[in-house]
Amino acid sequence: MSAINYDVELKRAGAHATRGWRKYTFLAGRHVLGTIGLVIMVVFVLAAIFADVIARFDPLQVDSVHALAAPSAKYWLGTDAFGRDVFSRIIHGARISLAVGLGSTALGGSIGVVIGLASGYLSGWVDLIFQRIIDILQALPLLVLALVMTAALGPSLENVIIAIAIPLVPSVARVIRANTLALRELPFVEAANAIGMSDTRIVFRHILPNTLAPLIVLATAQLGSAILTEASLSFLGLGIPEPYPSWGRMLSESAAEYVRTAPWLVIFPGIAISLAVFGTNLFGDALRDILDPRQRG
Amino acid sequence: MLITLFGISVIIFVLLRIVPGNIVDILFDAAGFVDPADKINLERELGLDQSIVVQYLHWIGGLLHGDLGYSYVSEKPALDEILPRIPITARLAGLALLFSAAIGIPLGVLSALKQGSRLDYVLRAISLSGLSLPSFWLGLLILMASVSMFGTMPIYTPNPQSFGQAIAIYCVPALAVGFRSAALVMRITRSSMLEVLRQDYIRTARAKGASETTINFRHALKNGMLPIITVIGIEAAFLFGGLIVTETVFNIPGIARFLVEAIRWRDYPIVQNLVMFCALIVVLANFTVDMLYAVFDPRIRYND
Repeated sequence: MSAINYDVELKRAGAHATRGWRKYTFLAGRHVLGTIGLVIMVVFVLAAIFADVIARFDPLQVDSVHALAAPSAKYWLGTDAFGRDVFSRIIHGARISLAVGLGSTALGGSIGVVIGLASGYLSGWVDLIFQRIIDILQALPLLVLALVMTAALGPSLENVIIAIAIPLVPSVARVIRANTLALRELPFVEAANAIGMSDTRIVFRHILPNTLAPLIVLATAQLGSAILTEASLSFLGLGIPEPYPSWGRMLSESAAEYVRTAPWLVIFPGIAISLAVFGTNLFGDALRDILDPRQRG
Repeated sequence: MLITLFGISVIIFVLLRIVPGNIVDILFDAAGFVDPADKINLERELGLDQSIVVQYLHWIGGLLHGDLGYSYVSEKPALDEILPRIPITARLAGLALLFSAAIGIPLGVLSALKQGSRLDYVLRAISLSGLSLPSFWLGLLILMASVSMFGTMPIYTPNPQSFGQAIAIYCVPALAVGFRSAALVMRITRSSMLEVLRQDYIRTARAKGASETTINFRHALKNGMLPIITVIGIEAAFLFGGLIVTETVFNIPGIARFLVEAIRWRDYPIVQNLVMFCALIVVLANFTVDMLYAVFDPRIRYND
């Protein structure tokens, strides 16, 4: 039996990298795909923040002379039917998609966390009522519910965020509730209660931090769904309204007519959507592997 | 189950009437000259002058008798508008589910058996991209490909000329919408298989001398079917969302596309009924999955 070089093995297992930048560099090296996903996400965020600097043209600027131009040195990804630069519209579209994606995920997550915590910790009739509400919200596909809500509320940026956030609530609430139910029974909660800590403090100070891991994993998956749903809503014409450039609406405007004549109108917005969601999925998968290795994908 | 459906009916009914202004206002806005008397008459005819509770009870009462109300747009009974469109969507949905199971399960098994290999990574990349692609974009890409390869697009016609055409107009959209489901099924099959293959009884079977095929299929896959069935069931229910965009892209006159059209035209009776239908499908799918659990896992038995 060969001797084991403990130093080498420990280093490979990452015993030296428990804190700070060492920890994250180690994890990044371990999960290459997840790092790629994170990089993709960061690129999109930077594109969204610095859109005005990166985009060469105003996304709304019409240039009828050069309408439907193929990609060239001047218009990197071509122009659409109104002569608007596709590249600029895609960069600015990142702003919209990310705003809607992050906004709806955060909103849905917040509501879901509150409902899940209340449901799991308080039990009783609070739990029953919330459970019913969750069941009802879950009984419709994401797109259908979001579609009906935008139809009901009217097309605007805020309403789209709300319309996508609401269907995301049930999954979050369920996960938080399950974890809360489990955590509630643990001795440290009983101890906290015994020394007279208020319920609110217990929930937010002790229970919530311990439910964060699955919540973060869920949130990254929901971010992807939110971006896709916004694209679908805009594609159907019932999402983000006119002045804002939305990737989904860019695809609907191009639809079947330009498939033959102007393929760049179909290809590039779609790549943008797919890449953004792909990045979130990669990152989310890696996060799940790190935080909860029991779930494999 | 019933409470859920009831809750949905209330929510959808209220949601559609949140915004002030009803169909009569919209109609008259478009027409121009508004005679208040006509407006009141129309409202009474459509039953819009009654309280919201009474309107709701009308609708629900009608539902239970099979009367779904009348479409605002076409003024025909809603049932007549909805019923003919159902078979088309049903065919699409069935095909999509079939594809997702037929493609997803074998590839997932393959991925699990060859874990860590290059093939595994390729398959996992494909499944992840399947989850990331917007299904309408996939549809558009397929249209582009068919135009450049065959010079023609699979446009839907109610009377296909040839068998080949019939296959094309149903299978192509089904593939576009089923790709995402197939990706999900592939992922869950892979993880479920990996989970099961770690079990002790697999080791026992191998020690017993059972062939790899027997182990993989009769023992591993069969015991790992539960999560797979759950996902397929969930996908069956939520396929409607994907069908909405796919039917729009391929111009197929099914109920999913009809929902979008009805929403655009503010044809509330149609929207209400279609949403209820959708919810019914979801509830039924969940119920079927629960029943199938008992079939596949003898340890689960429901007390009647």
